[in-house]
Amino acid sequence: MRLTLKIWRQAGPNVAGRLVVYAADHVSPDMSFLEMLDVVNEGLIKKGEDAIAFDSDCREGICGMCGLVVNGIPHGPDRGTTVCQLHMRRFKDGDTITIEPWRAKAFPVVKDLVVDRSAFDRIIAAGGYVSVNCGGAPDGNAIPISKDVSELAMDSAACIGCGACVAACKNASAHLFMSAKISHLALLPQGQVERARRVVQMVTQADAEGFGSCSNEGECEAVCPKEIPISNIARMTREYLRAVVRI
Amino acid sequence: MKLDAKSPSGPIAGRWDRHKFEMKLVNPANKRKYTLIVVGTGLAGASAAASLGELGYNVLNFCIQDSPRRAHSIAAQGGINAAKNYQNDGDSVYRLFYDTVKGGDYRSRESNVYRLAQLSVNIIDQCVAQGVPFAREYGGLLDNRSFGGAQVSRTFYARGQTGQQLLLGAYQSLMRQVHEKTVTLFPRREMLDLVLVDGKARGIIVRNLTNGKIERYAGDAVILATGGYGTAYYLSTNAVNANVTAAWRAHKRGALFANPCYTQIHPTCIPVSGEHQSKLTLMSESLRNDGRVWVPKKKGDARPPAQIPEAERDYYLERKYPSFGNLVPRDVASRNAKQVCDEGRGVGDSRLSVYLDFTDAIKRLGVDEVKEKYGNLFHMYKKITDEDAYRVPMRIYPAIHYTMGGLWVDYNLMSNVPGLHVLGEANFSDHGANRLGASALMQGLADGYFVIPYTIGHYLASSPLPKVTTDHDAFKQAADNAQQGINRLLAVKGHRGIREIHRELGRILWDDVGMARTEASLKRALAAIPGLRDEFWHSVSVPGSPDNLNQSLEYAGRVADYLEFAELLAFDALDRRESCGGHFREESQTPDGEALRDDANFTYVAAWEFKGVGRQPELHKEPLEFEEVHPTQRSYK
Ligand SMILES: Cc1cc2nc3c(=O)[nH]c(=O)nc-3n(C[C@H](O)[C@H](O)[C@H](O)COP(=O)(O)OP(=O)(O)OC[C@H]3O[C@@H](n4cnc5c(N)ncnc54)[C@H](O)[C@@H]3O)c2cc1C
Ligand code: FES
Repeated sequence: MRLTLKIWRQAGPNVAGRLVVYAADHVSPDMSFLEMLDVVNEGLIKKGEDAIAFDSDCREGICGMCGLVVNGIPHGPDRGTTVCQLHMRRFKDGDTITIEPWRAKAFPVVKDLVVDRSAFDRIIAAGGYVSVNCGGAPDGNAIPISKDVSELAMDSAACIGCGACVAACKNASAHLFMSAKISHLALLPQGQVERARRVVQMVTQADAEGFGSCSNEGECEAVCPKEIPISNIARMTREYLRAVVRI
Repeated sequence: MKLDAKSPSGPIAGRWDRHKFEMKLVNPANKRKYTLIVVGTGLAGASAAASLGELGYNVLNFCIQDSPRRAHSIAAQGGINAAKNYQNDGDSVYRLFYDTVKGGDYRSRESNVYRLAQLSVNIIDQCVAQGVPFAREYGGLLDNRSFGGAQVSRTFYARGQTGQQLLLGAYQSLMRQVHEKTVTLFPRREMLDLVLVDGKARGIIVRNLTNGKIERYAGDAVILATGGYGTAYYLSTNAVNANVTAAWRAHKRGALFANPCYTQIHPTCIPVSGEHQSKLTLMSESLRNDGRVWVPKKKGDARPPAQIPEAERDYYLERKYPSFGNLVPRDVASRNAKQVCDEGRGVGDSRLSVYLDFTDAIKRLGVDEVKEKYGNLFHMYKKITDEDAYRVPMRIYPAIHYTMGGLWVDYNLMSNVPGLHVLGEANFSDHGANRLGASALMQGLADGYFVIPYTIGHYLASSPLPKVTTDHDAFKQAADNAQQGINRLLAVKGHRGIREIHRELGRILWDDVGMARTEASLKRALAAIPGLRDEFWHSVSVPGSPDNLNQSLEYAGRVADYLEFAELLAFDALDRRESCGGHFREESQTPDGEALRDDANFTYVAAWEFKGVGRQPELHKEPLEFEEVHPTQRSYK
C-alpha cells in the first residue's frame, strides 16, 4: 500500500507546529500503525533528518503510553483499540491519513506527537489509592467479595490512563479517567474508609490541572481503548454528592 | 574476588526470620536523613519506592516512561503464584520452594527461593488490601488457576491483566508517598551511569529525556529495578524501550553480571509476520490450561486445521509428557515446538508455528466460559492476526520473553558493589536457569515490598556514609562520561538505520544464542558481534540534537550497550558446556533429547567481571549447595 501522511511536527513546547506531508510507500497490511511510523522514521533517520517523535512502549495495548489522533479520532478508527494495536489492514491503498497529538490544555505538547500527561499522576496522587502501608494486611480471604462486585470493579480498574478520553472531549474533561479509579475503589470494601475524601480530593485536583467539566456527550466512552463505560461518570457524580453532603 | 552470598545457615524454614532479627535497624527518626535512589517503577521499583517511603526514607524514584504506571510489568497477563493452599490441593511453602528450585533446573540459591516462597503469601494479602481486583469465585473467595511446572493450582489472577492490576496497586501506593512527599518522582529520565565514591554506590547520572540535560543525583544507596535485557534479541515480548543500559553501565563500574546466558523463551507467542515487526506479543501461558498444542503428523501437511482428522494430529506434549501434558515448563514446551518445526511439521505460511487449539475446551465449557477466561487474549490475537481463535486454532511460536540472568546479588539483594542493590528482573537471583510462569511478579513484589525494606536498613546502619554531594569529582567525571557517550553517537553521522543494526544483532542472537546453542554457533556469534559493533560506530545515523527530546539518540544508546552486552551473553553461553533450563547446549542432551545438566562441573553461578569492551571478562564462581532439594534429572513425563 502507498499512503500519504500529514503529521504534526512541533520542535518543542513553546514553538508553533504545523502539519508536514510524508509519503509512506511499501506499507504492509500486517503492520501495526506504529510499525508503519517506524518505517517512515527509519527512512528519515537514514537521511539524517530528525525522526517524528511519538510515545509507545508495550505495543500491546496495556501500558497507555501511545496516543495519536488519527484522522480526528484518538487512537484511530477501531473501537476498543489503542493505536499500537491498530493495523494497517484497516486502511486502503492511496489513503491520506492525518496524525496529530492529544490536544488539551492540561496535556502540553513536548515535541511532535508527544504530550505531557503528568497531570494524571497528580490526580492519582491526590487520593486514587487505599492508604495501607506494607506489612499488616489481613489474610487475602478475610473479606469475601462477591464475584459480581469484583468483576464490576475490574471493569473500571482496566483503565490504562492513556488520556484518549480527554483528547476526545470538547471540554478536555478528565471525568472518565477519574471516575474509573473512583468507581474501582468505591465498589470494593477496601475503598470504603477513604471513599468520600478520595472523590473530593481527586475532583479538586483535576480542576486545578485545567481539565474541563463533563457535558455528557459520551465522546470519551466512544474512543476509550478499554471501553470503560460512561456509567462510571454517573457513579462518580453520585459519590461526589454523597461526599459533599457528608463532609 | 570472593563472592559471599551471605546465605544464612540453619534450618531453611527459619533462615529469613532469624536473619531479619540479626540485621541492624535504622531508628525511625533517622530514616528521613537517608536518601535512597530507586531506578525503575515496575513491580520491583514501585513496590520498593513505596514501602521505603512508608518507612520514612527520602526516596528519589526514576523511570524512562512519562509515568511510573507504564513500566513493562503492566503487560504481565497470566498471574502471580502464592503458596496459600486456598484450593486445599496439597500446596505449601515448601512445595512452591521445591517446584521453583526444580523448575530452575537446580541453578538457584535455596535460601533465596525459600524466602520467596514464604513471602508469596504476604504479597497476596498486601495486594488485596490495596484493592487489587483479583478474580473471585461465586462464594466471594479468591480464585486460582494452574500454570506450567506445577501440579497444584496456586496462581492468582485478574483476568488477563494481572500485571496491570498489581502494578497499579504498587503505583497507587507510590503516588500516595509522592503526595506525602517521602518520594520524589523523576519520570522521563534514563540512567546513564552509576557514581561510586570511596568504592560505594552513592549516586546516578541520568539524561532528562525531555530537555536533554545531564542530571546528577546523590544518595546513600542506589537500588536498580530496571527490568530485563530481552530486547537484546530485537524481537521479544518486552517493551520497545526496555534496555540493559542501567545494568550494563553499573557492570562497567564493577558490578558483576551473573548468568547472562539464562534467557527464557516463551512457548506461546504470536508468530512473526514480517520484517517490519517491532515486537512479539505473548499469549499468556494460562491458555495452556485449556488449549491443546498440536501439529500434523505428516511433514509439510498444508491442509487447513479443520480438515486434518484427529488420527493425523500429533498432540506432541500430551504424548511425550503424559503427567504434565500441555502444562510442561516453558523451556520444555519451547524446545519441543522448535523441534517439530525443524522436522518440517510446522504450520502457517512461514511453517514456523504450531497450533494451540480450543475446540475441545469450547465443547466442554461453552464459548461463554472460554470468553470469560481468555476473552481479552482472543481479542488481542484477532487484532494482530485477523484470525478468530474461537473458530480456527491459534498459531503460536516461541519468543524471547524473560531473562533469568542479571546483576549478581547476595541474600540481601546487594551487588558486590557496596550500596548498589538490584531488584526484580534486573537481578539474577531466584529463578535459576528457568523461571516458572507467574513467578516473576511474585519475585518483583517480594523484593520490593518485603526484602529491601529490611536489608537496606541493615546496610545503612552498618556502613559509614559520610555526606556526599553532586559537586564531588566522581559525579563530574561520570557526568562527563555520559555526555561524551552522547556526543560520540551524534558524531558518527553515518547512513544506516539504528533499527536495522538492532535487527541484525537480534538475528545473530536468535539464530546462534537462541533456543538451541552449540559451540560452533556460539563461536560464530562471538565472531560476528564485534564486527557489527564496529559497523554501528562507523555507519549509524543518529539525527537530531542532544538538547531536546530525541528518541533516535535514546534508542542508539541502548543499541550501543546491547552491542557490548551481547558478547558477554554469548561468552557465558559458550562457557557453560551443559544444558540447563533455558540454556540448551546441543552437545549436552539425554538420549531422548531432554536437557542434560553437568552437576559435577557446573553447579555454580557464573558471575562475570568487566575487563573492557571486547576484552575477555573474568569469571567468578559462586558454588551452589543443595541441602533440601536433591538435584535430579528434571522429568515432566
Ligand atoms: C508480556 C509479558 C507477560 C508477562 N506475564 C507474566 C506473568 O503472567 N506472571 C509473571 O510472574 N511474570 C510475567 N512476566 C514477567 C514479568 O512481568 C516481569 O519480569 C516483571 O514485571 C519485571 O518487573 P521489574 O519491576 O523487574 O521491571 P519492569 O516492570 O520492566 O520495570 C523496569 C523499570 O525500569 C525503568 N528503567 C529501565 N531502564 C532504565 C534506565 N536506563 N534508566 C531509568 N529507568 C529505567 C523503566 O522505566 C521501568 O520503570 C511477563 C512479562 C512480559 C513481557
Ligand atoms: S504502546 Fe502501550 S498501550 Fe500502546
